[in-house]
Amino acid sequence: MTAPDLVLYDEEFQRIRDSLQRLRHDANANVVFLVDKNGQQIAAVGDLQSLDTTSLASLTAGNVAATDGLARLIGEKEFSILFHEGEKDNIHISIVAQRVILVVIFDERSSLGLVRLRVRRATTELDKIFEDIAAKVEKEKESLQAEFESPFAEITDEDIDRLFSE
Amino acid sequence: MTFINYAAREINCKIVYYGPGLCGKTTNLQYVYDRTNPAAKGKLISLATETDRTLFFDFLPLDLGTVRGFKTRFHLYTVPGQVFYDASRKLILKGVDGVVFVADSQEARMEANVESIRNLDKNLKEQGYDIATIPYVLQFNKRDLPTAVATDEMYRQLNIKGEPTFEATATTGVGVFDTLKAVARQVLMELKKR
Repeated sequence: MTAPDLVLYDEEFQRIRDSLQRLRHDANANVVFLVDKNGQQIAAVGDLQSLDTTSLASLTAGNVAATDGLARLIGEKEFSILFHEGEKDNIHISIVAQRVILVVIFDERSSLGLVRLRVRRATTELDKIFEDIAAKVEKEKESLQAEFESPFAEITDEDIDRLFSE
Repeated sequence: MTFINYAAREINCKIVYYGPGLCGKTTNLQYVYDRTNPAAKGKLISLATETDRTLFFDFLPLDLGTVRGFKTRFHLYTVPGQVFYDASRKLILKGVDGVVFVADSQEARMEANVESIRNLDKNLKEQGYDIATIPYVLQFNKRDLPTAVATDEMYRQLNIKGEPTFEATATTGVGVFDTLKAVARQVLMELKKR
């Protein structure tokens, strides 16, 4: 491995946030967030104070991974949409650009139909952004590797000892 | 896959505790959780059966502080150890940065240890990793039990590549943080090579 697998530039990160923000507004949702398939949160917008987003990201990825496993067992490539209905809040999960998971949490102020509709539009947007990122990474790959000065190149044993000193 | 977020100056690493059923993977995480400053840890999530056997995974996010200006966050996972949960184990290994193998020191479990390492090797390969190169630490757990096999005998049977090895009693915490620190060290040192 030479560089981290997922590279996010500021510009695209902002575009992603804008897109999530718009989706949240248009779908009347409480929270919208994006996680990669390994459970790392990429971006989140909305009413996040009362929410443990780290756990949410990890469980979402676990959920999608388990469902992917199920899909393959019956000969499907994946189930691209998962929906969990609660008494008050609901979760809509979908796969974007084959590698990231889009999660929308909404309540009775919205509806599954509206969320699905808006998610579809946002997915097109996000697909495009991730395509652009991939193209950019590909284009700048060589210069990235040449110029990329990892902040960890100088890491020492003392740095690591300090992490565990408390 | 280490996830480095330069915008937020944050680095996220995934560490998986592997090993045969009832070897003490969850107990390791539980101890880390109990002994960590509340501000530095998230919730410990356990997807377990009613009899407390891990069904899918345990998950503990841990903020360890900063390295070179980057906030270092470790995501600790355990796998379900029981043989028939192999499909779940494969899923949890996705994107792993470092592995802790927890071996059960009891004589009766030696075969299960060997079998589980073989299973780890196979599952890592399927995900495109190589046990010979991935950050890896070996822990001999349950050293307090009278039936514990001598450590040099365990080492002879379970060591793969001269990996750092620790004796532990996870129920009382002996060796738990030493193990975690050793794997964290390897994962962070790995970043240096990039």
